[in-house]
Amino acid sequence: MASVIGEPVSAPAAGAVIERRRRPLGNPWRRPWGLEGFTVLYIAWSILPIAVAVLFSFNKGASQATWQGFSTKWYVGGWIQSVANNPELHQAVIQTLRLAGLTTVICVPIGVAFAIGIDRWRGRTSGGLNIVMIFSFVIPELLLAVALFMLVTQLLTFIALGTTAEVAGLVVWNLSWPAIIVRARLVTIGKTYEEAAADLGASQLGAIRRVLMPMLMPAIFASTVLVFASTIDDFVIVEQVSSTAATQPMSVLIYSNVHGGLQGPALNALATIMLFFSLVVAVIGYVAYRWMTRGERKAGATEALTSIAGM
Amino acid sequence: MRGSSRTDHRRGRLLWIGLAAPGAIWLLVLFVLPFYAMLSVAGGGINAFFQTSVPIWNPLHWSTANLSMVWSNIVGSGAFIGPAMLRTLIYTGIAALLSLAIAYPVAYFVSRYAGRRKALYLVLLIAPFWVSYMMRMLAWIDLLQQGGFFNKALSSVGLPGNTDWLGGKSVTVILGLVYGYIPYLILVLYAGLDRIDGSLLDAARDLGLSRWRTFWRVTVPLSKPTIIAGTFITVLPMIGDYYTNQLMSAAPGTTMIGNVIEGQLEAAGQTGQGAVLSLMLLIVLLIPMIYYVISTARASREYA
Repeated sequence: MASVIGEPVSAPAAGAVIERRRRPLGNPWRRPWGLEGFTVLYIAWSILPIAVAVLFSFNKGASQATWQGFSTKWYVGGWIQSVANNPELHQAVIQTLRLAGLTTVICVPIGVAFAIGIDRWRGRTSGGLNIVMIFSFVIPELLLAVALFMLVTQLLTFIALGTTAEVAGLVVWNLSWPAIIVRARLVTIGKTYEEAAADLGASQLGAIRRVLMPMLMPAIFASTVLVFASTIDDFVIVEQVSSTAATQPMSVLIYSNVHGGLQGPALNALATIMLFFSLVVAVIGYVAYRWMTRGERKAGATEALTSIAGM
Repeated sequence: MRGSSRTDHRRGRLLWIGLAAPGAIWLLVLFVLPFYAMLSVAGGGINAFFQTSVPIWNPLHWSTANLSMVWSNIVGSGAFIGPAMLRTLIYTGIAALLSLAIAYPVAYFVSRYAGRRKALYLVLLIAPFWVSYMMRMLAWIDLLQQGGFFNKALSSVGLPGNTDWLGGKSVTVILGLVYGYIPYLILVLYAGLDRIDGSLLDAARDLGLSRWRTFWRVTVPLSKPTIIAGTFITVLPMIGDYYTNQLMSAAPGTTMIGNVIEGQLEAAGQTGQGAVLSLMLLIVLLIPMIYYVISTARASREYA
């Protein structure tokens, strides 16, 4: 308790306070080594297992625990258990990319349009739709997946199990990303720019296209990255409404083969390929987001990082 | 002049409705309607010959056969759903507390004290977010299997190194849940803690509070809404989780409610019971969900 700041204010102490507060980063205190050590330990715990799993996808032997030399045979080896040569495995890679691509292409435009429409069309209906949208964000995925399964098998039977049902479900599950992110951005932008454009003679649609859209670009982009990445990662909805093995993406294949079935480093190789796709998306997302927001006051590395992670 | 502005207004309204329509239709047909289908299956019967569920679409004719069957499995003798519900509560409760105990200090450190290394730390915190869930589970399965690194490490320090960690241990399931959902919690906490105005903390310090008391009297109360939101964001999916459990244990002794629902959907003639149980879960979770929706809506109104 006997800190300098706590003592009766004498001239030098007050000077010291001012001096300390002027330092950058608002951090006038000593570095908390305990907290930093804890953080480093957490990071090691969260990342080392993944690093080990990636390492063992390059194992020469069939073990996931004993290193037997480096090899790429689980990726491109000329035998049936490599990702390149096993039809089931590379089918899964293709299906994952197909689902991610289709979902993103459908989900982002309708989500962005939904956000703009809801935000400007103020009324009881739009308020209700907004609440439905936020519910779709917080509901446990299993409940939605089960309900979707019952919908497409009992009521809307023209939606076939398989890719069609998968995309339909993934779109509704991911719709809240663009809707929430773009809406938040719309709220901060306000209406002044559109009104200025209208005063200068722009039509309503013109104002959206020429004024609002460019300002929304970073938010739209961030949500595109999120939708794509979370579709690659998705498991529950896809597992419930997939039909044959040909419509199972990588996540489902890994899940169903961990206990029995295809085993060994081929699964690690498949998971590493998924990791690679996600990281490519993340890096592109980060670089492009920094580029898009380059002139903005709030822009910075940390802001870009949290934005493409949905924060 | 006035009339034209009114038509402008009306045309504007049509434009907004038109923009919202595709998303709205998608939500109504594929998010709201599915739960009507679920209700109809839950209130429906079973085709005795094919052992398939026969939904009843008219709410007036819904039967309670599935409901009473589920009820007898929750409370009756030899009930298996009741224990699974209790287990779900215990597992997610412990996992949520553990996650918070780990995530809060980490998020606090990175938001307040990381200094110039903030971006680096943030990259490392966000990294798991970009690694697929299945891969992160697979990584632990590799480590925990009987000849795996974890057992090897244990035996190298003289402890028994032949434990079957993946054979139905509650510890493993809880660890899986914590490991799986903690990145989301950390991100939410970080975003919330980062928004706290540093000058408030400076003021507390200037007024003579120790670092520890500043933390307890200023930071923690200010971050309470974030803690609540973060806990919901992690607990809601944990409660509906079945795959973590299936991968980490796959034993009946660790079954959670998600596994029960999943099992009923796969078993012949039990789809209706699965629907009833899903609806029960939904009703219980509606309370936290509504709380979350209201607080989100209020926050966005405050911004506006």
